[in-house]
Amino acid sequence: MAAKPPQHHAAASAGASSTGAARIEISHLTKRFMTRSGEPFTAIHDVSLTVEPGQFCAIVGPTGCGKSTTLGQVSGLERPSAGSVRVGGHEVRGVTEGVSFMFQADALFPWKNVLSNVMIGPVLNGMGKKDAIALARDWLRRVGLSGFEDRYPHQLSGGMRKRVAMAAALINSPRILLMDEPFGALDVQTKAIMQTELLGLWEQLRPSVLFITHDLDEAVALADRVLIMTSSPGSIKQSFDIDLPRPRGEVQAIRHEQRFLELQDQIWSSLKEEVERAYARTSGAAA
Amino acid sequence: MTTIPHVLLAQPAQLESDAAVKLAGRRAKRRRLMLLWLARLGFAVFIVGGWQLCTAEQWVDKFFFGQPSMIWDALVTLFTKGTEFGSIWDDIAVTLKEAVYGFFLGTAAGVVLGLLLGQNRFLSDVLSPYIKVLNAVPRIILGSIFLVAFGLGTFPKVLLAAVLVFFIVFFNAYQGVREVNPNLVANVRVLGASSLQVARHVTIPSALTWIIASLHTAFGFAIIGALVGEVLGSQRGMGLVITQAQNRFDPNTVFAGMAIMAVVTLVAEFLLTLLEKRVLAWRPPSHSESTAI
Repeated sequence: MAAKPPQHHAAASAGASSTGAARIEISHLTKRFMTRSGEPFTAIHDVSLTVEPGQFCAIVGPTGCGKSTTLGQVSGLERPSAGSVRVGGHEVRGVTEGVSFMFQADALFPWKNVLSNVMIGPVLNGMGKKDAIALARDWLRRVGLSGFEDRYPHQLSGGMRKRVAMAAALINSPRILLMDEPFGALDVQTKAIMQTELLGLWEQLRPSVLFITHDLDEAVALADRVLIMTSSPGSIKQSFDIDLPRPRGEVQAIRHEQRFLELQDQIWSSLKEEVERAYARTSGAAA
Repeated sequence: MTTIPHVLLAQPAQLESDAAVKLAGRRAKRRRLMLLWLARLGFAVFIVGGWQLCTAEQWVDKFFFGQPSMIWDALVTLFTKGTEFGSIWDDIAVTLKEAVYGFFLGTAAGVVLGLLLGQNRFLSDVLSPYIKVLNAVPRIILGSIFLVAFGLGTFPKVLLAAVLVFFIVFFNAYQGVREVNPNLVANVRVLGASSLQVARHVTIPSALTWIIASLHTAFGFAIIGALVGEVLGSQRGMGLVITQAQNRFDPNTVFAGMAIMAVVTLVAEFLLTLLEKRVLAWRPPSHSESTAI
């Protein structure tokens, strides 16, 4: 069981994710920005990675290593300076279809109630209002927020807001889910609960996931594959396959498993170097 | 486990003191409210009474500064006998009409242009120096030009009020668009929103907070625009009533006119606050500019 490749799970699940349409292929991706002072700044350099359909891929790296930039390229909101991003075999030009985003900061509409927040995806896709409401209600039930339809985001706790964001991100059954430190701002207990719920929902839908985090435990507990990213310019340093069995169940419990600790230890030794390097550079710059 | 009997024991006592605490709290609140209104009343009595006293005792010349009791008389005269042009209500209506038309015209222009420039970086870069120049112009003087160009009627006043309102609303709408949460925009764009949908679902509702906040100030300026327009030259309106009183060396009627327009503005302010509460019902209860005072 432990040695099963992630592709196997992908094949077992239904929907678009089981076909090649959900494969993300990033090859030799480079992204440069113009800074305010007019100097070009290379955020990521020559990044190549492939996320198989239905695979849960986590990218871990020190702060400011271009993890978020990579996501921007996959979504199609930004254009690569060099290299290419292909989703389902098609080069990304313009906004990629079938993608959902989840951010660290709330991306909920403060002026819409919970129900309207969740149903924005289907509404933008042109679904009728009645169907959209029914679907949104179903998703609110799935994330355990039935009865909160009329609340506004500011009336919810951080964890509840995350559930709304999760429902809003998954309601369109995306083939690709891009997550940018989605649980970064939560307290430890809420974080663990949300991670477990994310895994549960992901196992039902099986979109390909590109999950960015700086929390190694989170990456190992959730992902099929963990990529270590170096900083300035960002590039992929190493890739680790996580062969923990699925379904994984409670994230809290996984952390105590022997295999988890081994993997975590192994990856940490690689990550540590990068973190120290990044730290030395920032503290050097501050001095 | 030892805590259970403890809690059970404590509960009745807790309940009783709960009621007592609630009662005491309510009483303290009522006392504070009464003190507040007493203090407010006291303040008004101090200011108005002091004014009355100073003028009655001839420390200050009431010929120049008026006198509260005479201002009251002037108000009564204005409402019972009217002005030399007719009923005071007609004058109020004229000024209000000019202000309201100007307010709507200026707000509409400000919102449209603010949203447009806020979303289009290039356009805003091209036009921003010109807008800054226009904003630096003392716009009240435009009233003279409008008067010469469009005569003594309603239109030049509407235009002047609109110009004053426009810049306030415009800058707020523009800023509101600029302050839109970029995550929110990225989110709906990834979900396949067209730029029209982005505007409808994100940009406009987000900018609305700013726009509505600016309307309070904007309406005050609309009234100023209408009044100044009338002072510069008109056939009816509160501005004319005030200028006529000034020419008769009648400060009491000037103050009376001021008081009337202040009441009109306060009523409008109240209506705007109702609108704000309705449109921005989603907002967390916050200390908005108007409620803080």
